[in-house]
Amino acid sequence: MATQTKPQSATDRSTAFKWSMVIDLDRCTGCEACVVACQSENNVPINEESAFIEGRAFEWIRLERYWEGEWPDIKARFIPVLCQHCENAPCEPVCPVYATYHNNEGLNVQVYNRCVGTRYCGANCPYHARQFNFWEPVWPEDLRHQLNPDVTVRTRGVMEKCSMCIQRIRRATRSKTPSDIPDGAFNPACVQACPTSAMTFGNLNNPESKVSKLQNDERRYHMFEHLGTAPTTLYLKQVDTHGA
Amino acid sequence: MYYRRTLTEAQINQQLLGTVLTTPLWWIVLVSLLGIVVAGAVGAVGWMINQGLGVTGLRQPVFWGFFITNFIFWVGISHAGVMISAILRLSQAEWRRPMVRAAETMTVFALMASLAMPLVHAGRPWRIFYWVFPYDWARGIWPDVRSPLVWDPIAITTYLTSSMLFVYTALIPDLAIIRDRSTGWRRSVYGALSLGWHGNPRQWKIQGFAGILLSALILPVFVSVHSIVSWDFSVSLVPSWHVTIFAPYFVIGAVHSGVSAVVTLMIIMRKLYKLENFIWEEHIDALARLLMVVALAWMFLFWLDLVFALWLREEQEITVWMLRMFEPPWSWLFFLFFMFSFVIPVPLWMFRRVRRSFTWMLWTSLLVNFGMFLERFLIIVPALMRKGPQTFTYATYRPSPVEFTIIFGTIALVCFLLLIFSKFFPLIPLWEEKEGQLLIDHVKVGNVYVPALVKEH
Repeated sequence: MATQTKPQSATDRSTAFKWSMVIDLDRCTGCEACVVACQSENNVPINEESAFIEGRAFEWIRLERYWEGEWPDIKARFIPVLCQHCENAPCEPVCPVYATYHNNEGLNVQVYNRCVGTRYCGANCPYHARQFNFWEPVWPEDLRHQLNPDVTVRTRGVMEKCSMCIQRIRRATRSKTPSDIPDGAFNPACVQACPTSAMTFGNLNNPESKVSKLQNDERRYHMFEHLGTAPTTLYLKQVDTHGA
Repeated sequence: MYYRRTLTEAQINQQLLGTVLTTPLWWIVLVSLLGIVVAGAVGAVGWMINQGLGVTGLRQPVFWGFFITNFIFWVGISHAGVMISAILRLSQAEWRRPMVRAAETMTVFALMASLAMPLVHAGRPWRIFYWVFPYDWARGIWPDVRSPLVWDPIAITTYLTSSMLFVYTALIPDLAIIRDRSTGWRRSVYGALSLGWHGNPRQWKIQGFAGILLSALILPVFVSVHSIVSWDFSVSLVPSWHVTIFAPYFVIGAVHSGVSAVVTLMIIMRKLYKLENFIWEEHIDALARLLMVVALAWMFLFWLDLVFALWLREEQEITVWMLRMFEPPWSWLFFLFFMFSFVIPVPLWMFRRVRRSFTWMLWTSLLVNFGMFLERFLIIVPALMRKGPQTFTYATYRPSPVEFTIIFGTIALVCFLLLIFSKFFPLIPLWEEKEGQLLIDHVKVGNVYVPALVKEH
């Protein structure tokens, strides 16, 4: 299970950070602003209708709608699903070329250059967080200039997935001592775009951060906890205040 | 085993070397037809590499489809080699003699076909060598030995190397015979290949010893190769793959399909090369008896696999099995698989008349392999379709024409390579046949003479 590493010193980078996200489903309205933000921040290919029909749409974060209960006692639910950055990630040990591994900041990272495209990680991920480039990604002419220069455009034949906006993490923490980075100083695109602040991002190794405090919330749960993947992404469940 | 016909050594040489020393017209026609299919498949692979894996039917979450099915299928077929040549040699089953080389050669070619599959399957096949070879010398990044995809190439190349050695060791005396019967450059090539074989007692002793030694050494491979292939699935988190029974289940399944493939090969070989004097009803009968035992063991393990799934009463596991068994079109495939690989052939094999009929055995053995392909397909695809409890990620998979072309291409490739092999080397070992003839004697039991095997006179 997840063992939380405590920072040995405020300047020791190797154990200073453990990035995590908390998603409060009580606040989520299912507006998909996070999906759009992620799409433009991370150079995720544009999904046209055909991509969804093919079943090959790219969404690093996606909003899944599901139904709870039976009609007439039925409720529509929303849940944003992204890479859970598991501590005990099923995708990592199966990759023969170390294209996906756990870095020392608690992130499950994908190295596109190493990927040979066995798709074992994708087959083994219970969250369906991984997307495969079946075709060479193409952007419409007028959207080419909106590509984020901080993020690699992936080629055909590689796996990709949520990186927790690692380019923003790198930019914010570069040449700074961990204690100089205040909680909430920077956020991944999805967190930044969320109009209802349903998503919180922060450093779990900082006991004062918002995400650290939310870890003990009584509504907390991990997605598919029974699988033992030990996700670092935490969900806070929705509680019905009306009806029941 | 009953040896009914006694052939002189000259007759054996003449009949078994016929294909090597002459080129019949049907051989040219067949090789060109198969060559066209193989070329078509190579073209399909080229097209796929050029366009991207989008031309296959794969989509989220079914990331593995026909190629991995075919990979397992051919590794399964290759198990015939160890079963026939190593296990039957060590257990001194006399009836193995006409099939050892054909089975071993098929093993080698089947392994080549299976090794091609992961390369075709990969998203970036041009970078595939980083998979098996150290990725980056300078930065010290090595292949991840925790990944079953690193175990696979190790297991399969071990098997391929040992099988090739096995074929070659058994080929040396025959190569010398061909050398003595050919002229010009052929003579020098066969001469070099036969490593100066003169058939003196010392050489025979070494050759015999090497055969036994290789048989014994290859035995662990028999257990390990398909176990390791099954671990591709067992170590994953996917429901119905994540089971401990998979290793023995896959191994026995592999022997089932492999020995069936040997039956098919023997019958076709007998017809094409007119080997009626060497492959008899009794050989096929013995193979069918072996198949019955293997099929029953395999069915037992299949049943265990199902029982383990139900025993857990894990929701997702049951969802996968429900999809496999009760939802069309998967239920139809499941029905066909079950009928073809067990229900139809095994009861039929109980009849001596079926076991001794080449026509019946050809069709039942083909059925088994068709069923076993479906079995691997049903293990892989429905499990990926229902791997998570998130109903919104359910998807389906339909193989594309490109995938079908490549699958047929591998079948054609193995047949093509076997035909090419048969042009240069005899498919039935001459010295094994002669040894069999030498060891035979009639023993008086009561009032009748029964053919028996006499190791010492």
